[in-house]
Amino acid sequence: MDVLVIGAGMVGAACAYHCAAAGLRVTVLDRGGVATGTTSGGEGNILVSDKEPGPELDLALLSVRRWRILGERIGADRLELEHKGGVVVARSAPALAGLADLTGRQRACGVDAVDVTAGDLPALEPNLTRDVTGGAHYPQDMQVQPMLAAAALLRAARDLGATVHTGTEVRGFLFGRDGAVTGVRAGSGDRAAGWVVNAAGTWGGEVADLAGAPLPVLPRKGFVLVTEPLPRVIRHKVYTADYVAGVASDDAGLETSVVVEGTRAGTVLIGASRERVGFDRRMSLPVIRELAAQAIGLFPFLADVTLLRTYLGFRPYCPDHLPVIGPDPRVPGLVHACGHEGAGIGLSAATGHLIAQTLTGATPDLDLAPFRPERFAA
Amino acid sequence: MTTSPADIAVIGAGPAGLAAAAAARGRGARVALLDSAGRPGGQYWRHRDGHNPIPASLRQDILAGHAVWHVEVEADGFVLHTTAGEVRARTVIVATGAYDRQLPFPGWTLPGVFTAGGAQAMLKGHGVPVGDRVVVAGTGPFLLPVAAALRHRVTGVFEAGSPLGFARHPLAVARNPGKLVEGARYLRALHGHRIPFHTRTAVVAAHGDDRVHAVTVARLDRNRRPVSEREIECDAVAVGYGFTPQLELPLQLGCDTRLDADGSLVATADEWQRASVPGVYLAGEVCGVGGAQLSVVEGAIAGAHAAGARPRRSLLRKRAALRAFAAAMHDTYRVGAGRPADDTIVCRCEEVTVREVRESVVDLGATDPRGVKLLARPGMGLCQGRVCGYATACLVAEACGRPVTAADLRGLAARPIAAPVTLGNLAEGVEDA
Ligand SMILES: Cc1cc2nc3c(=O)[nH]c(=O)nc-3n(C[C@H](O)[C@H](O)[C@H](O)COP(=O)(O)OP(=O)(O)OC[C@H]3O[C@@H](n4cnc5c(N)ncnc54)[C@H](O)[C@@H]3O)c2cc1C
Ligand SMILES: Cc1cc2nc3c(=O)[nH]c(=O)nc-3n(C[C@H](O)[C@H](O)[C@H](O)COP(=O)(O)OP(=O)(O)OC[C@H]3O[C@@H](n4cnc5c(N)ncnc54)[C@H](O)[C@@H]3O)c2cc1C
Repeated sequence: MDVLVIGAGMVGAACAYHCAAAGLRVTVLDRGGVATGTTSGGEGNILVSDKEPGPELDLALLSVRRWRILGERIGADRLELEHKGGVVVARSAPALAGLADLTGRQRACGVDAVDVTAGDLPALEPNLTRDVTGGAHYPQDMQVQPMLAAAALLRAARDLGATVHTGTEVRGFLFGRDGAVTGVRAGSGDRAAGWVVNAAGTWGGEVADLAGAPLPVLPRKGFVLVTEPLPRVIRHKVYTADYVAGVASDDAGLETSVVVEGTRAGTVLIGASRERVGFDRRMSLPVIRELAAQAIGLFPFLADVTLLRTYLGFRPYCPDHLPVIGPDPRVPGLVHACGHEGAGIGLSAATGHLIAQTLTGATPDLDLAPFRPERFAA
Repeated sequence: MTTSPADIAVIGAGPAGLAAAAAARGRGARVALLDSAGRPGGQYWRHRDGHNPIPASLRQDILAGHAVWHVEVEADGFVLHTTAGEVRARTVIVATGAYDRQLPFPGWTLPGVFTAGGAQAMLKGHGVPVGDRVVVAGTGPFLLPVAAALRHRVTGVFEAGSPLGFARHPLAVARNPGKLVEGARYLRALHGHRIPFHTRTAVVAAHGDDRVHAVTVARLDRNRRPVSEREIECDAVAVGYGFTPQLELPLQLGCDTRLDADGSLVATADEWQRASVPGVYLAGEVCGVGGAQLSVVEGAIAGAHAAGARPRRSLLRKRAALRAFAAAMHDTYRVGAGRPADDTIVCRCEEVTVREVRESVVDLGATDPRGVKLLARPGMGLCQGRVCGYATACLVAEACGRPVTAADLRGLAARPIAAPVTLGNLAEGVEDA
């Protein structure tokens, strides 16, 4: 059966690759270019460390396994996949207690989480502030270069027979007599398909509306700071224990809980803020300042380092902070793979794998019930 | 350092900014004239101390060493964030000028290869000639003053275009007799120093191990393809292919931009030099490259109007004539990236080759320069694409089989941080860091 994927971001690319690898005929449409949506506006952390036990952690653990396989099949180099591990730092006694509680529960789910004393942290991160109460080391955390990874997966999908059309917007759906989706109405004309995968990220709600199956996907803005290139001064992804609280928060206001990491190019990435301000592309100095201050708090030497640039993106979030993955029972033929919020890069590998399993009739490696699209219906 | 707001902040103390500040001050406005450099004058007045063209009346308004890295719009004006503190103003005049446009060729990253502007700055600003046997190359009338200033140290001037193109624009030339005189004076100077001046000839490669010792120059045919090549020994090269306007601040402010005749992205100004954003004026090369005289005229118009006065009609006439000449100049000296070989470096900061740029389009499916930047990293390094942006845009457009668009250049020119600032500087004022 033919599969049409809407969206050439990280999630669409992973869906396209896994479906093509499973023998399906795949077409990808994107109104922009390859990986020019939120995939180009975020970072490439693949984290298990920041997730509470539950369906998202299960998805993340599956994803970590799938990224390893992708790295072997496609070449870690072509994805800039690095198994660098994460370090979470607590800077107060209550934060440390909270962290120890979290690592305990994560270990019970299969996460490799090692508690680290304040005295042992410098061995992991020599330039870290000494003003810490302790931390945890997560060897499973890794990273990719998101745009490169999405482009490489699309490239690999093309080698398996998939076609990719950029500059092609989906404006409506085609339906059969029974109400099932039979294709899409695109800028370049109508296209038939047996399955249509909505991988439109932050615009997944708009696409779902076109099919008459509403989904509450909303934008959550985030900034990232990029420093001048430096020698290797930061070894892991380093963040404070407050980050976990920020990720799961329902607060509409600004939250910044900084994640600091070095990249292969030598620049240090400092991310990311979280704000619900719609699609406001304006730069916000208070946010940038706050990120800088928090990064210096973790790595005091950064005070003298030059900021090269900042960029921003809009995470696709759903009210319960879980992505939408799987067939939509309201509209047969429509399948969703969107709403991954601040973890779409990391979770894309598992998402693509699960979508391919579903469309080929295999039993998915994970129960998709927590991610089902109809869960929001009032 | 927050002081009470100025009426008008002028950003950039080159010919445009100085003229704007003088005009505004002459009409009673309280002016702050900011420049990142330690000394006013811009690209044009690079004189060492002692030859200062700055009017005494302006000196107290000048804030040297104030690099503006971000401009914020507020209800009643603007906050300029600079490397030396904040400056507030009700109106801003952006006069940040332009910098040398570079095109890649094999060897262009070798020590000893300079931009024409860089060579001029070393000589005028520091009294240091870049070499003793200098090849001056590129395109446009600004190569002439560079060669004339280096005098006997110049081995030859290689102009990729031909000034004969001005013959296609007799009216524009007739309205600017001074420009002809100026050009003739420079050519006479070259002749006096026995400096050969070659037209339709370009430097296509620079050779050397740790420093340039020779270049290959080639005659160009009508389609700008190299035909006959020869090698010339030299110890330095000064290359300039026109200028790239410095648009960070207009883009931060949300000003409209367009593609100018020389292929550069420029900010759009109305007849009073107003940008599309209320309270923002533009003067000089940010709204189109056209030489120091045009910059001065635009600055004077902007400064007067921003101070609430009606600029003199004669200024408007002068601007029209100078702009016509600039258009003729851009038509005469057309620039394209040519077809550099695959292993030529495009982005020196990130060491990205022409091949990698082309592969991001052909293999990875990028459709514009921003996409290529994200995949192959040209423009991601220290200079943030200031050096390689134009060339990258040309190479990507060529690989996509289409001309360069304003959107292509906008995607590379938008920089929310306009000048380097440390994280410590940025974090100042945040409580409880
Ligand atoms: C600041 C920030 C930091 C982040 N850090 C991380 C991180 O470290 N790790 C992590 O895993 N995630 C991170 N994320 C989140 C991650 O970037 C996103 O979850 C992920 O990129 C979503 O990918 P996507 O493919 O779903 O969406 P996108 O990349 O946005 O792709 C969707 C595509 O759909 C296209 N499209 C939309 N509508 C249509 C239509 N009608 N027709 C055709 N095409 C259409 C768009 O053009 C777009 O290209 C971060 C996000 C931000 C903003
Ligand atoms: C080698 C060379 C030779 C030339 N010869 C001639 C000639 O013979 N005749 C002629 O007419 N023209 C000549 N020109 C061109 C002339 O220099 C320009 O036309 C003129 O300088 C443009 O004036 P401007 O005020 O627009 O910009 P500039 O002179 O470039 O001034 C801009 C100023 O803004 C400042 N600035 C930029 N960004 C910021 C920021 N973010 N914060 C604070 N300050 C900032 C810069 O430091 C600079 O001082 C020559 C140029 C060069 C490079």
